[in-house]
Amino acid sequence: MPEVEPTAAILDVATPSGSIEPTGDTELAVARTKRLGVIGWLAIIWLVLVALMAAVPSLFPVPELTERFPDSLRNRDFGPTSGHPLGFDTSGRDLLSKLVHGTRASMIVSVLAVSFGLVIGGTLGLIAGYFRGRVDTIITNAFNVGLAIPQLVLALTLAAVFASDANAGYGQRVLVVTFAIGFASIPILGRITRANTLTWANREFVLASKTIGAKTPRILIREVLPNVAPAMFSIALLGIAVAIVVEGGLALLGVGIPADITSPSWGNLIATGRSQMLLGEAGQVMAASTMVFFTVLSLNYLGDVVRARFDVRESAL
Amino acid sequence: MNNAIRKLGQLALVLFLVTLFTALLVSLLPGDPAEVIIPFGDERDREALREELNLDDPLPARYVAWLGDFVTGDFGNYYRQSITEPVGDRVGDAAPVSLQLMVYAQVLALLVAIPLGVITAQRAGGFLDKFANTTAFGVLAVPNFVLALVLSYFVGVELGWLPPQGYVRISRDLVEHLKSMALPAISLAAGQVAVYMRLLRTDMVATLQEDFILMAKAKGLSNKRVLWRHALRPSSLTLLTVAGLNVGTLVGGALIIEIIFTLPGMGTLIFQAISERQYVAIQSLVALIAIGYVLVNVAVDLLYSALDPRIRNARG
Repeated sequence: MPEVEPTAAILDVATPSGSIEPTGDTELAVARTKRLGVIGWLAIIWLVLVALMAAVPSLFPVPELTERFPDSLRNRDFGPTSGHPLGFDTSGRDLLSKLVHGTRASMIVSVLAVSFGLVIGGTLGLIAGYFRGRVDTIITNAFNVGLAIPQLVLALTLAAVFASDANAGYGQRVLVVTFAIGFASIPILGRITRANTLTWANREFVLASKTIGAKTPRILIREVLPNVAPAMFSIALLGIAVAIVVEGGLALLGVGIPADITSPSWGNLIATGRSQMLLGEAGQVMAASTMVFFTVLSLNYLGDVVRARFDVRESAL
Repeated sequence: MNNAIRKLGQLALVLFLVTLFTALLVSLLPGDPAEVIIPFGDERDREALREELNLDDPLPARYVAWLGDFVTGDFGNYYRQSITEPVGDRVGDAAPVSLQLMVYAQVLALLVAIPLGVITAQRAGGFLDKFANTTAFGVLAVPNFVLALVLSYFVGVELGWLPPQGYVRISRDLVEHLKSMALPAISLAAGQVAVYMRLLRTDMVATLQEDFILMAKAKGLSNKRVLWRHALRPSSLTLLTVAGLNVGTLVGGALIIEIIFTLPGMGTLIFQAISERQYVAIQSLVALIAIGYVLVNVAVDLLYSALDPRIRNARG
């Protein structure tokens, strides 16, 4: 799942073709314990907070998005004041409020995109890994074609093509961005599912299930899928982190979620904050970047914990 | 030998499907492509465009025509109000800029990551190891465009140490050229350093437990020599592969970094093409990037088997 995305690099690490299986002591030091630990709990608390911001922003005591605070403009001082811990943007709007309200769009896009990629890529991966043979060859080659285009370039192209309708509404643009990121993530999610399916498909309990006459869909869903699920889950966590970053990248490239006072996303806050930064006000870029940073960090950490805990063999490709 | 033929077949298939996908992008445009590409021109221009892009032909014929143009270096045109300008003219200037950025970033990343990986592996579990690993984990959570914006603002604007934007040709002034590329390359390299370092460390730790290392130590070789001469080479294979695979990350990253630092590379071209809705240009640019990426990966694969005979035979 290559990319703009430093985090995407993690996924690349997970797929070195023909790598030698390292002997033990491979996981990151901080995640090696396989237990959540303090950092793990902090990560979970942060993600719950983010989820709350996305679901019910009204829980948070921040001003309305449209409200402007003329004092900051008059004094040309956009720094923090009492009641406005992050200060203001260059039009005198409360930055914390923008961050809180921007969470929903970022989360909707990244979670939906990865779910989309996981449903399609995961299904194809299961089928390829279970049936092998010709089906496997076809699906694997299809994944390879997808991987032959860098993820950001693929998402960018799709977003540009499908957003070409200048009259498209906000919802439609969000859908296009979600689809573009989701589609671009199918190959990598599929490949990892396939690799893990391969290691489970011929185990004794699967054969036993076959012997007593279980139908193929039942075997796939009841026997194989639960064993592959941890791998899919850990890669989904990393995938969401990547999707958050790609959303920001698309926004900077001008094909992200449309920037608008009432519809911020972390990505378009970074993109629109760029011009404020050139005027000497880095506040908005820094604030939105910090949200992205902690969220990506939390997702990466938890992804690693899940991987270590379930002994996911990512190099079994 | 069989293997080589199979790989060549796969390469051909991948190239075919990638170009097929990009060649049909224009057909995916909602509505009449000619309307979308030339929204303000008159019907005569559109008719000419339909003719040029073979929009009235069936898909296979359109693909063959497009491919014929593409391989002979005709990447289509920009369609502006009055002028049509070949895309190829711009690519010739832009591609080297992007390549420079990616090469600088990759070299920088390896130069920093290899010593770090070797040193941390030597004392695995020590303070430096833990510190480097934790830092790397943090760096991986910083999107490269965020790093680019931060560097451009704090180092470029506030401190004024390096130019925050702009590009200087290598032929005009080498020092200024390197200065203009420094911040972009660092932004792009940081994430790679973290990946490469962790990877090399893991492989080094495994290699250092091998018998031939014990042998080398028993012969009385210095620690330094054992690490750099005996352990590094067999440990560098995964690093090499991932460095190749990571070209994709670099390509995606470079596109955005170029825009932030206003470097006139492929990313800026794509950005302009998108904002001007130049779909024919987008199509060719994406195809060029994808083909370049595929070829690099093939090259890495070949290099990989050349370096390690064990793997060449084992992989079959």
